[in-house]
Amino acid sequence: MGFAEGRTEGRPDAPEAAGGRPTTPDGVAGRPPAAGATPDTAPDAVVGGASPAVWCSGISKRYGRRPALTSVSLTIGRGEVVGLLGPNGAGKTSLIKIMLGLVAADAGDVMLLGHKGSDPASRARVGYLPELFRYQPWLTAAEVLAFHTRLGRLRATADDRAELLKLVGLAERAGDRVGRFSKGMQQRLGLAVALLGEPELVVLDEPTSALDPVGRADVRETVLGLRERGTAVLLNSHLIGEVERVCDRVVILDHGRVAASGTLDELLGESEVRLRLQRADDAARRVLETFAAPGGVSWAGEWVTVRGVEGAAVPDLVAALVGAGVRVHAVEPGRQTLEERLLDVLRAGDGHGAAGNTAGRTAGGATGNGAVAGAARGRGRA
Amino acid sequence: MTVVTIAAMTLREASRRKVLWALAGLTAVLLGLDAWGFAKIPGLETDQAGELTSGEARLVASLLLNLVMFTMSLIVALGTAFLAGPTLSGEIESGISAAVLARPVRRVWVLLGKWLGLSLFAAGYVAVAGTIQFVIVKLTVGYVPPDPVIALVVMAAEAVILLTLALMLASVLSPMASGVLAVGCFGATWVAGVIGGIGTVVGNEGVARIGEVSRVVLPTDGLWHGVMHAMQAPSVLTENPDVIGNPFLGTLSLTPAYVAWVVVWVAIVLSVTATAFARRDI
Repeated sequence: MGFAEGRTEGRPDAPEAAGGRPTTPDGVAGRPPAAGATPDTAPDAVVGGASPAVWCSGISKRYGRRPALTSVSLTIGRGEVVGLLGPNGAGKTSLIKIMLGLVAADAGDVMLLGHKGSDPASRARVGYLPELFRYQPWLTAAEVLAFHTRLGRLRATADDRAELLKLVGLAERAGDRVGRFSKGMQQRLGLAVALLGEPELVVLDEPTSALDPVGRADVRETVLGLRERGTAVLLNSHLIGEVERVCDRVVILDHGRVAASGTLDELLGESEVRLRLQRADDAARRVLETFAAPGGVSWAGEWVTVRGVEGAAVPDLVAALVGAGVRVHAVEPGRQTLEERLLDVLRAGDGHGAAGNTAGRTAGGATGNGAVAGAARGRGRA
Repeated sequence: MTVVTIAAMTLREASRRKVLWALAGLTAVLLGLDAWGFAKIPGLETDQAGELTSGEARLVASLLLNLVMFTMSLIVALGTAFLAGPTLSGEIESGISAAVLARPVRRVWVLLGKWLGLSLFAAGYVAVAGTIQFVIVKLTVGYVPPDPVIALVVMAAEAVILLTLALMLASVLSPMASGVLAVGCFGATWVAGVIGGIGTVVGNEGVARIGEVSRVVLPTDGLWHGVMHAMQAPSVLTENPDVIGNPFLGTLSLTPAYVAWVVVWVAIVLSVTATAFARRDI
């Protein structure tokens, strides 16, 4: 967990965080963690204990005069699922390629699973689905997996490979040439290649760009399965909902810098609910304070905002208020969505922060019981 | 291990791409026409209304054999040059390389694997097609080259030189550009060799030096002369001194120094290629 949680980096309002070097497991900022990963250690035991799955510090890269990445630092812990978000050209794929030794950084250090990134051995337990997924068109799907097994000296038997093809929905096409595959099928094959040999770190660069909704759901399930198994995942995706559902932590890149990072709670702020009440006496106020975080009740006429109320608790809150004789006219549970947060961050980066604060809000459905009225959601900000 | 895996993959690629069938088709046509042509030689009449003498027949057979083998070397040069481009820069452009190079492999081993695979492919082609050619010549005119094995080995080396050049070009250029440029260099060097031969015939040292320099810069023509020298009857040059300078008769044999230079040339070009490939963003 290398990032300072929930901070905003690289912005005028948070200059101290810009391009900060991540803290190593021993707490020394900017110094690589000790080499010697423990690939055979159970993931549960190494989370937060051993070398991180990914450790990047001060990564900079220019293509000609154009800076693609400027002093980017990040860490992915063992077993952690991290989403990488940002607009086109933000430097996400460049960062991934630098991590994997495909692109040379102009400055900065990379360590993968406890090994220096310059050492090919650092990629021994890494699976990668590239953004531009292409595999030898003259090979069959089964042959592609066999080739990568030999190349990576992986422990994957023919049965393991067949199982992987089944997992990605290509069991029936194992003997077909890849050249005859659709883009979606090639991306599924790429996912199988990335999962070969039970890697400890899986890097998925736009893994659902060519997939249908069923395929996207499959990928989501696969990532959740990896998380359960303790495999670290770096997921670069434009599908924010996908990231929101599966990631422990999110990193937002913009103009080649880390614009924001943190867990979803840290980035989006705590949940809250806004209610329009009548006949709210002292008993009702006590009910509200029971459900709210300390000091989390604020009134504005008949409207009250109660912070710290998770969505699941909203029906109980409403029932308690009704039980106390309060008339509940409207309930607006909500929290800023990741998409809204992303837009805010990106607009702030472009000098349009004020617009971002109010734009991009979406209407949401009501939650809870029948007493809850549908209303706009997404009011709160982190 | 990586070298062997990549070499095997390169061979498999060559065997499954259409270029193999194109090569096989071209070679079959060439060998068919060639068998027909050689079969006609014994019955050829001279302008003195007589049949060829044995010396004339040897000269014609040597000339024709060199000509046919030159065509064959051109086919293998085209084939390997146009395989080398796609297998390196083509894979980088298409994205295939990203998945391969993200594995725990060093790029230099990947490069050497591709070079080895292409070299084996070229050598295999030369061995099969060349042997069939020699059998045809033996059956039709009874001619057996003095050093057939050396001829085939040197011809394979010529193909290796060209594919090495194509790989170097492919490490920085597009697949098509690298293939075209490699074949262009091959042709230019051969033409330079012919011009050098003309210089030798007319006694112009400056012109003759063009051939010498080109044979050092790109050893394909130098090796080609070695191939011809190994295929033609030794008596051809002594009995027909007026054929000196003919581009389809080899007047130069390979020297140990030249063979050593060829080895050094390959090592230098491969090193340059490995450096360029290692620095290239994928």
